[in-house]
Amino acid sequence: MRPFAYERATTAGAARAAHTGDAAYLGGGTNLVDLMRLGVAVPDRLIDVSGLAHDRIERRDDGAIVIGAGVRNSDLAADRTVRAELPVLSQAVLAGASGQIRNQATTGGNLLQRTRCPYFQDVTKPCNKREPGSGCAARDGENHNHAILGHTLTCVATHPSDMAVALTALDASVHLHGRDPLPLAELYRLPHDDASRDTTLAPGDLITAVEVPPPGMPSAYRKVRERASYAFALVSAAVALDVADGAVRGCRIALGGVAHRPWRAYRAERLLTGMPATEESFRRAALAEMENAEPLRDNGYKVPLTANLVCRTLSDLASGEGGRP
Amino acid sequence: MDSGDGVVHAEITVTVNGAARRLRVDTRVSLLDLLREELGLTGAKKGCDHGQCGACTVLLDGRRANACLALAVAQDGAEVVTVEGLAGGDRLSPLQQAFLDEDAFQCGYCTPGQLCSATGMLDEAARGRPSAVTPPGDGPPELDDAEIRERMSGNLCRCGAYVNIVAAVRAAAGEAAR
Ligand SMILES: Cc1cc2nc3c(=O)[nH]c(=O)nc-3n(C[C@H](O)[C@H](O)[C@H](O)COP(=O)(O)OP(=O)(O)OC[C@H]3O[C@@H](n4cnc5c(N)ncnc54)[C@H](O)[C@@H]3O)c2cc1C
Ligand code: SF4
Ligand code: FES
Ligand code: FES
Repeated sequence: MRPFAYERATTAGAARAAHTGDAAYLGGGTNLVDLMRLGVAVPDRLIDVSGLAHDRIERRDDGAIVIGAGVRNSDLAADRTVRAELPVLSQAVLAGASGQIRNQATTGGNLLQRTRCPYFQDVTKPCNKREPGSGCAARDGENHNHAILGHTLTCVATHPSDMAVALTALDASVHLHGRDPLPLAELYRLPHDDASRDTTLAPGDLITAVEVPPPGMPSAYRKVRERASYAFALVSAAVALDVADGAVRGCRIALGGVAHRPWRAYRAERLLTGMPATEESFRRAALAEMENAEPLRDNGYKVPLTANLVCRTLSDLASGEGGRP
Repeated sequence: MDSGDGVVHAEITVTVNGAARRLRVDTRVSLLDLLREELGLTGAKKGCDHGQCGACTVLLDGRRANACLALAVAQDGAEVVTVEGLAGGDRLSPLQQAFLDEDAFQCGYCTPGQLCSATGMLDEAARGRPSAVTPPGDGPPELDDAEIRERMSGNLCRCGAYVNIVAAVRAAAGEAAR
């Protein structure tokens, strides 16, 4: 591991000012330290932001819920307000990693964790995300857990965070030190011809909080993986659904494990709004969202799996199973 | 502090199993390596060094954590309890005793991590913290086998002693509830 300087920041301003050159912020370290050990991340200075005063969850007067960037994943999932009013968020966090890792991981770090593409983590393999221009070993390699939507020749990786999928469905935004808040829809990006950037953030941008608009709809998170617990998603769905008089008044659907970013299923949402809240409408909408899917050699299974997962989660919410508002 | 070859050291104070220690650490050293290599506490094990197995689990400020992903330099002021600190002198903790009674190990490599993890987990459950399988509601979760399995999923056992590990944790949970 390359030697690095370490400092513990006491204010957001000091942290931001200390971030120059090859520096990196350190949250819980559960992703960054791993990537440093693998030689994928080689910062020359770590600025520890885990001790900043961004460690609370507050409800603002307008009803929005503001989660400090330093709130640990386990504390977020256990928060009473979050459990009661944003079940999709609590469930998504609890569906990720392990009890130990959730105790260490921070909200900010979770959002900016890097892909689990095995070639990205292996410095002996070509990877445009790690080394732009070197190629993409996954495109014609083992890609059973790669993207089916929005990928390019440059990169077919998926975003690994469960929390980010829930927050995308909730229309959340991140607060940045010294900058305007940024909706998650504008934070994450597709690879296009530059896979090196997962987000639209500039180097040194510091996340101070995540803001979730006032909750309204019942919601739920469903995740499919290769073992029952402690595994990343093959696919996942964060769904919020509002049904009145048997018709869909509103819905929000975000998908995990299918793209370089949490994938908001706008097409399915549009198709569903105003339609009868029946399994038939749910299936039609889910299949419509999958029409643009372009599976790779090994991951064709994700197309029906995602459609079924969306349909099932909508049905369960419509029948009153899953999350309260 | 740069010692010339680019290596950076820092001074930290950590309390390990009740004793305060002042240490000079290379910033790259993990808490796990600090415990094992510098402090001679070899209970916590290095199974993977990537957060994937839980063999390195310790209690960090009272909460279970993977010591392999924690940088030692970031633990200045922290309180660490390792498996060596779970017993009160020669008196095993109820959980440790339950592991013996239920024969909850084979080779024993994962056991220190299992013990620290279950210690932290029982405390989380007692404080009403949910897991992925906890039904909605505010009541304290009931630690049935499904809850124990889910909450302990961050600790792998290559020997597959899971059935007896669950039994031991169940027994210790029952004891704690009485
Ligand atoms: C074995 C294993 C299994 C896992 N399984 C899952 C899973 O199933 N689902 C899932 O979602 N996740 C999973 N994870 C990933 C885990 O959730 C992340 O590692 C964790 O959330 C990262 O948070 P952290 O605070 O430790 O981040 P760090 O590792 O400290 O940082 C991650 C990145 O964020 C940056 N950063 C941190 N804080 C800020 C800030 N405030 N502002 C700007 N940048 C910042 C860092 O510079 C770094 O680039 C797993 C991890 C492991 C090791
Ligand atoms: S999919 Fe993306 S991250 Fe994986 S090897 Fe290709 S370029 Fe790298
Ligand atoms: S050695 Fe830390 S989790 Fe495996
Ligand atoms: S007892 Fe051998 S690894 Fe668990």
